[in-house]
Amino acid sequence: MARPMQVSRYWRHFREKYRLIGGKCENDHVHFPKRSICPVCGSRNVEEIELSGKGKVISWTIVRNPPSGFEYYKPFPLALIELEEGPVVLAQLTDVDPEEIDFGMEVEVVTKKIREFEEDGIILYGYKFRPPVK
Amino acid sequence: MRKAVIIGAGMTPVGEHWKLGLRDLAVEALLNAMDDAGIDKVDSLYVGNMISGPFVEQENLGALIADWAGLGNIPAVKIEAACASGGAAVQEGVKAVLSGLEDVVAVVGVEKMTDAWPSDATRYLAYAADAEWELFHGASFVALNALVMRYYMKTYGYTEEDLALFAVNAHSNGAKNPYAMFKRPIKVETVLKSPYVADPLKLFDASPVCDGSAAVIITTPEKAKELGVSKEKWVEVAGMGRAIDTISLASREDLLTLKAAKVAAERAYRMAGVTAKDIDFFEVHDAFTVMAALSLEALGVAKKGEGAKLAREGQIAIDADYPIQTMGGLKARGHPVGATGVYQTVEAVLQLRGEAPSQVPDAEIGLTQNIGGTGSNITVNVFRRV
Repeated sequence: MARPMQVSRYWRHFREKYRLIGGKCENDHVHFPKRSICPVCGSRNVEEIELSGKGKVISWTIVRNPPSGFEYYKPFPLALIELEEGPVVLAQLTDVDPEEIDFGMEVEVVTKKIREFEEDGIILYGYKFRPPVK
Repeated sequence: MRKAVIIGAGMTPVGEHWKLGLRDLAVEALLNAMDDAGIDKVDSLYVGNMISGPFVEQENLGALIADWAGLGNIPAVKIEAACASGGAAVQEGVKAVLSGLEDVVAVVGVEKMTDAWPSDATRYLAYAADAEWELFHGASFVALNALVMRYYMKTYGYTEEDLALFAVNAHSNGAKNPYAMFKRPIKVETVLKSPYVADPLKLFDASPVCDGSAAVIITTPEKAKELGVSKEKWVEVAGMGRAIDTISLASREDLLTLKAAKVAAERAYRMAGVTAKDIDFFEVHDAFTVMAALSLEALGVAKKGEGAKLAREGQIAIDADYPIQTMGGLKARGHPVGATGVYQTVEAVLQLRGEAPSQVPDAEIGLTQNIGGTGSNITVNVFRRV
């Protein structure tokens, strides 16, 4: 199995992975994760924006042969989700019956464990998406 | 401007080479290419390879391979562009010749993948994705392509059966190629009955994990004459293009347009002075069946959304209007990732010399297209019979 991620490497992305912090440029182009240069217009005037975490499934798959380190979770659904602010996010779906996943299905963000390393390693948390809890 | 011609081509069979290591494969292909050209030294070496570090704990492939091939103290480096490393290495070799800095250049593509556990191999291949925003979430490369496949089917109303036709065509041609990993034809049912790897993508929608190496020798027509290489062996590198797109799929402006292939193809067509209509055969990057469909659209062979229609209408067979994967493609020949672009080049050379096992009659111009990442780094090369 691949070696655990270094703590600093993981720590760098806390804000995006825990709070869904993206970027919004002076021309109102929103992207995720935040970049220093707007991918649409090239503006360097980009400020942070916290995304709502509400979105819709554009496409999905069931990962049956995952990369090493994710064997414990297989099979698991992975999806492209279009957030209401516009950006598309790749994430696992959780708390859902794979048979019920469909195009346009509404989902919301939730913080979950992504991966566990061996006993000397860190536990990674991050966003996943689930059908909205009513 | 100088011209570049390929005067030698060689390869090893693609497969699970338990008895051979990376260096054995590369040296064998390289010497085959040098013997084909009838030369025993070159000015420099470019190695196309994607992930030798994780797979076999070996980097510095330029030194390793040039040393073990007995090439002396020449300049030699590894070129990496994910699965397009081979196509990119060929381009770097051609650029060196066109610039006038080097006269006789060797390019070898090599990948040794079967020494790793399958789930580790899956992880290493996903290094071509965005580590923090794709692999972090457990995305395999197959999964990313499955996301595109499902969206393609939904958008244009295609079925799994439609896409399976690309695999059937590749196997039909690969069956005649002695260097192919899978030398047997398959039926649509074979693809449909194979297990899901990442739904709706099945085992037979995907190319295999394998080992292999291919090589070419590039020089100028003048030098080729001087070296006494018979003109029948020459194949001109008429056009080249390369471009990138967003590394992560989620950032893509349009999931179903291989923009990098489009830009690269426009450049290659312009340089060669041809259009898609002039091309006699296409070696597209069918690592996954949906990528073959999207590639035909990006190369201007099919309209947007109609790539899979070409397969359905039988237009991609050897004797049809747009033959693709004439020696099996990545699906049947096999896809030793960093070597694939060089295999495509060798196969184009064989077609244009009239030496291919499943020959396209009177082929004069051929195209190879090599995709790195999920469409993030793409090379397109156009070759012409001299």
